[in-house]
Amino acid sequence: MCLSIPSQVVELHPEIQSVTVDTLGVKRTVSCHLMEEPLAVGDYVLIHIGFVMNKIDAASAAESLALYKEIVDKMEAADA
Amino acid sequence: MPELQLKQLYDGFRDPRTVAELASQIKQLAAKLDEPVNVMEVCGGHTHTIMKYGLLQLLPDNIEFIHGPGCPVCIMPKERIDQAAALAQIPDVILVTLGDMIRVPGSEGSLAQFRAKGCDIRPIYMPLDALKIAQENPDKTVVYFAIGFETSTPMTAVLLEQAEKLGIPNLLFHINHVLVPPAIDAVMADPDTRVNAFIGPSHVSVITGSQIYQPTVDNYHTPVVVSGFEPVDVMQSILSIVKQKVEGRCALENQYERAVSYKGNEAAQQKVNHFFTVRPSFRWRGLGPIPNSALMLKPEYRHRDAELKYGERLPVKEIDDHKACQCGDILRGKAKPQDCKVFGRGCTPQTPLGSCMVSSEGACNAYYRYAGVK
Ligand code: SF4
Repeated sequence: MCLSIPSQVVELHPEIQSVTVDTLGVKRTVSCHLMEEPLAVGDYVLIHIGFVMNKIDAASAAESLALYKEIVDKMEAADA
Repeated sequence: MPELQLKQLYDGFRDPRTVAELASQIKQLAAKLDEPVNVMEVCGGHTHTIMKYGLLQLLPDNIEFIHGPGCPVCIMPKERIDQAAALAQIPDVILVTLGDMIRVPGSEGSLAQFRAKGCDIRPIYMPLDALKIAQENPDKTVVYFAIGFETSTPMTAVLLEQAEKLGIPNLLFHINHVLVPPAIDAVMADPDTRVNAFIGPSHVSVITGSQIYQPTVDNYHTPVVVSGFEPVDVMQSILSIVKQKVEGRCALENQYERAVSYKGNEAAQQKVNHFFTVRPSFRWRGLGPIPNSALMLKPEYRHRDAELKYGERLPVKEIDDHKACQCGDILRGKAKPQDCKVFGRGCTPQTPLGSCMVSSEGACNAYYRYAGVK
């Protein structure tokens, strides 16, 4: 029950404190009762049992991905 | 910075080339270790990742995983399931619970079996569904059999908050929320423990912050890395642990900076603190009673507490596991699923004897599904 996977906010429903998110093609409506800061369409969030738990910091994720790419590029250069 | 796509968020942290490169860095560094590193991955979600992506095979022999007690379904003692079954047998009670819980064997059978016998037991995917069921059945009492670690407790708190706010009188709670740090203490209290490093589940820390592991680092001089659930996340966390070990350090690190902060989600923590207080003791399946390791409703909310309301009808007899079942040793890191005599024979995901086989995140289930049965 515990895997939390990233989803993207696609619609806001402030009147019922919820948002619709897209988890790789699957859309569902989840509660924002645990979020203090407002969400915007396009935000990445973590969902757990029907609730947004937190935002994913896109800049920090992109930074990690860039770092991994560098690692792999170096490895491939070394192999070549 | 280029705009990040959702697909990149998935693929990037599952990229096989990155995993392979991290594995080779780990191997090089691990050659310098004086003693083996026995990493407890506290949470079943990590066990699942490790088995699904074959990470075990990528790591050198001096790094071992020990599968910890962090699966809420696996650690539920039979008497609590018996209590849920007793609640479900009360006329006019509808029992609702999450996911796999319905298949875990109690001493008289699983909740699924009780449902087949006519009890009104409903699996739900999200706690707020319980609110709807209570609203739609005003002449019944809906009991939410609440399970889960720090990750899931705030969601129960919101459910309770909504029930109070909307004045829904017929929603009660049977609380089985448990806490990670006391379980770690129980594992480390064993003088024979081999665990000398931890990876902490990131979703717990999304709520609590990475701060909850500082005492683990200080008290046991072990590295703790809060880790995401993708294979690249886990490999990067292992690399950080090996680095610490080689350098003779132990520190709290946060690999999952993209969603975890030191302090966590304070709004969620406030809600938990508003409704819950620490339970003096809770018996864990396989680990026995652990002091201050679970939560219960505060006295102000005892009108919502099914354990109090139906107290005299609930069985309290403590029930141990099937004799053959070694879940307890597995949760303590003393045995592997294959060490159990009935693994894959008497005990399979279709016919589970123990809860480590029921839950998709249980160690036995993960070994059965991904490692095959020899
Ligand atoms: S294989 Fe089944 S009986 Fe054996 S330890 Fe695992 S869950 Fe228990």
